[in-house]
Amino acid sequence: MGVRYVGAEVQRMEDPRLITGHGRYVDDITLEGMLHAAFLRSPVAHARIGSIDTSRAAELEGVHRVLTLADFPAELQKPMAQLYPAPPIEHNKTQYPLAHDEVCHVGQAIACVVADSRAIAEDALALIDVDYENLPAVVDVRTALDADAPKAHADLDTNLMGRLGSKFGDIEEAFAKADHVFSASFMQHRGGCHSMETRGVVSRDDPWGDGLTLWTSAQSPYLIRRALAAWLGEPEERVRVIAPDVGGGFGPKAGFYPEEIVIPLAARMLGRPVKWIEDRREHFVSTTTQRDQHWELEVACTSDGRMLGLRGNVTHENGAWVPYGVLLPFTSLVPLPGAYAIPAVDVGLDMVFTNTVPNSPVRGAGRPNGIYAVERMVETIARELDIPPAEVRRRNYVRADQMPYATGALLRDGSPATYDSGDYEGLLDKVLELSDFAGFDERRAKAREEGRYLGIGISSCIEDTGVGPYEGTTVRVEPSGKVLVQTGAASQGQGHHTMIALIVAENLGVAPEDILFESADTGKFPHGIGTIGSRVAVNVAPSALDAATKVREKALKLAAELLEAAEADLDIENGIVSVNGAPDISIPLGDLAVKLAPMSGVKVPEGFDPSLEATSYEGSKGAPIASGANVAEVEVDIGTGEVRVLRYSVAHDCGVMINPLIVKGQIEGGVIHGIGNALFERMIFDDQGQPMNTNYGEYLLPLASEMPRVDIVHQESPSPLNPLGVKGAGEGGTIPAAAAVVAAIENALSDFGVVIDDYPVEPQYLCELIDRGMAQAAE
Amino acid sequence: MADTRDIELTVNGESRSATVETRTSLGDFLRQALGLTGTHLGCEHGVCGACTVLVDGEAVRSCLMLAVQAKGREVTTVEGLSNPDGTLHPLQDAFWRNHGLQCGFCTPGMLTSLAAFLEENPDPSEREVREAISGNICRCTGYQGIVDAALDAAKTMREG
Repeated sequence: MGVRYVGAEVQRMEDPRLITGHGRYVDDITLEGMLHAAFLRSPVAHARIGSIDTSRAAELEGVHRVLTLADFPAELQKPMAQLYPAPPIEHNKTQYPLAHDEVCHVGQAIACVVADSRAIAEDALALIDVDYENLPAVVDVRTALDADAPKAHADLDTNLMGRLGSKFGDIEEAFAKADHVFSASFMQHRGGCHSMETRGVVSRDDPWGDGLTLWTSAQSPYLIRRALAAWLGEPEERVRVIAPDVGGGFGPKAGFYPEEIVIPLAARMLGRPVKWIEDRREHFVSTTTQRDQHWELEVACTSDGRMLGLRGNVTHENGAWVPYGVLLPFTSLVPLPGAYAIPAVDVGLDMVFTNTVPNSPVRGAGRPNGIYAVERMVETIARELDIPPAEVRRRNYVRADQMPYATGALLRDGSPATYDSGDYEGLLDKVLELSDFAGFDERRAKAREEGRYLGIGISSCIEDTGVGPYEGTTVRVEPSGKVLVQTGAASQGQGHHTMIALIVAENLGVAPEDILFESADTGKFPHGIGTIGSRVAVNVAPSALDAATKVREKALKLAAELLEAAEADLDIENGIVSVNGAPDISIPLGDLAVKLAPMSGVKVPEGFDPSLEATSYEGSKGAPIASGANVAEVEVDIGTGEVRVLRYSVAHDCGVMINPLIVKGQIEGGVIHGIGNALFERMIFDDQGQPMNTNYGEYLLPLASEMPRVDIVHQESPSPLNPLGVKGAGEGGTIPAAAAVVAAIENALSDFGVVIDDYPVEPQYLCELIDRGMAQAAE
Repeated sequence: MADTRDIELTVNGESRSATVETRTSLGDFLRQALGLTGTHLGCEHGVCGACTVLVDGEAVRSCLMLAVQAKGREVTTVEGLSNPDGTLHPLQDAFWRNHGLQCGFCTPGMLTSLAAFLEENPDPSEREVREAISGNICRCTGYQGIVDAALDAAKTMREG
């Protein structure tokens, strides 16, 4: 075996292009004859559309076409299909690519102008006359199921989209034998995508050549190919979808959007390539977000704080449409019972329509919500029984000696949810040490002397990662000796090129820089799923390992014949097969590739398939469960309600780390996203469904100046489910963060009896809680 | 007919001239007319900082400046940061070594903002670096790799 890369901090191979300004994002693509599109979007949250008059817009110089649904071919004037059909969906409301006779949220696409330039297309939007008959809008998830609430869709007499649940164990018995039952009710709000690159699509149709090609800023190009081909009624092979460099995804780019129908259709109708790049306001109103959940929970426990059962109900804001099945609400319940051995759970979830932009997962999907809910109940027990929060956790953790631990819950495919490996208490010990938890009382007392309020909060989490069914890898040695590595998995910055190249380099015996990497192009690799749910390393890495190993075996077998040596005596290093101890007896991999892919009249060696290549879809035998324990230390200004996170400590376990540098980056970025959820990011709508903060002056994202350093310690519990022992790492930073920060704020304000029932925790809200606490203390 | 003006300016050391619509932003001009797509437009309202370029050495949001305003000025984009021989600017090299980027979309604006900042403040504290990039949003990294890279590059540049 040659050089080992797996486990080493290797600098990323994609970086040289990106730091010199030579990335290729979708807006960087320019095609001959390309036109530019802009969308007219609904300015109101709910209305019937009377008429749409596009005649003045069409007359503007430089405008090539104004499209409404009525301009589509008759057979295509239909709603989009459900990407993830699921039995709980009672009202499968998917939108038309351009509005039909009703708009259901501000930002819904109504018409598309295609012009010589984006500026002209936008000029023309102002010339389209739409007759809106306003309808009442429903906005607040907490009242959307009231009998007299306005209905989000004019043809429905309910806002209930459907119901989900997670139920296992004997919940009645758990509550019957409990020493205590505590309840809590709280809102959770998670914001939008806010990748720094917005969405965007370039499309070209070449009916006599390549067919329809789509470059799109997306996480799941294969899903888009399937959905678009099916919608058009055409073979998938005639639709090619390419995700070029993508400037962040975080979930909302994993779906299939109306623009991914309208732009290719426009390109087809006009016979010219068309580009559309979402602007930032469009991103706020047309890219899916996450937003509100209202949780009402009860926990049954013993007098020493051991949890026996958890029950309650969640009201989940779905937004106007169901573009993405029930993946987001489902993942809110999947994490139950968190890192704890709770024998019985019964939590239901109502999915509720509102007249707001549709929802989809954002980093972590519903997992941060589910973990936050469990951690809230742990904090509630600690407060009510006056037991230190760390101790309540210790008494309830699934122990290392219980692994693999079946929670009792069932996964979507009916198999039991099982924690594969880990040591949750070990993580707690590590993070308490890293954060100098023991020294906190002293820090707190010292700060208090200066009139400053410090608080500390703990959060533990588990994360189901690596959902199947597969990703694949092809490894092919070229005559030049370079190794082509192809996969379907799209990268939005996670460093897939580096991760996959290192595995192939190590296991084939070539230098990483001799690897040519191609990904996320349906025209180059036949199958793929998408980059969601921390699944790529878990799914791709085993396939890359397997493909590289197969190519190595094939190369060794052929080299053994040619060099007249035993396979066992051969090794491959730096792309050259040689005899151990006799390095002069050797043959480069490129020469073997030529022998296996000869030109006319030359035989392929007996017993070999052509080409020095292999393709594998090896993956993981189930979902590896990553885990973490975090500690946030905050300072609260009791005068202004401002919260500052002073330090943030993470103990994280994603199994074997392929590249610790990349894992570190994933955790740091994930934590900061989670702190943003806890403190800043709120998408605000007025009671008519009008979004109030559609720019970065008003919608607050975490900035460098406000964010702490993130200290990280790793624990590596290899997953037994895949040969590399890896677990997903993409979301483990985000999932526990809000719970830790909120617990820390409460801890800082314990003198005032502050209990937080909503996040992001905004200064005004916090001041109200502090004032209330002060008033009660004074009484 | 769109209102246009003729402009001449220097971009990455090269003299360029063009006829531009008066409403065209400097960012759109660099990307579309000159093909310098390393400058990225993230918000087009001056908050995210992805489009930052250097105009006469100062960090400027190219989405908020019109191309016509760059007439006679010297503009440096991310493509012009590395040395003519292709070797990387110390900041670029430090971003690579410190994992200062993930998706790479905010990176050109981070690099140009920090290049201007380190010219003014060659020995910054971590707090000063964080303040300096507080007008540049990164959704991927959590900023830590960027801050580490900036401090690392400052050290390299000081040591020459």
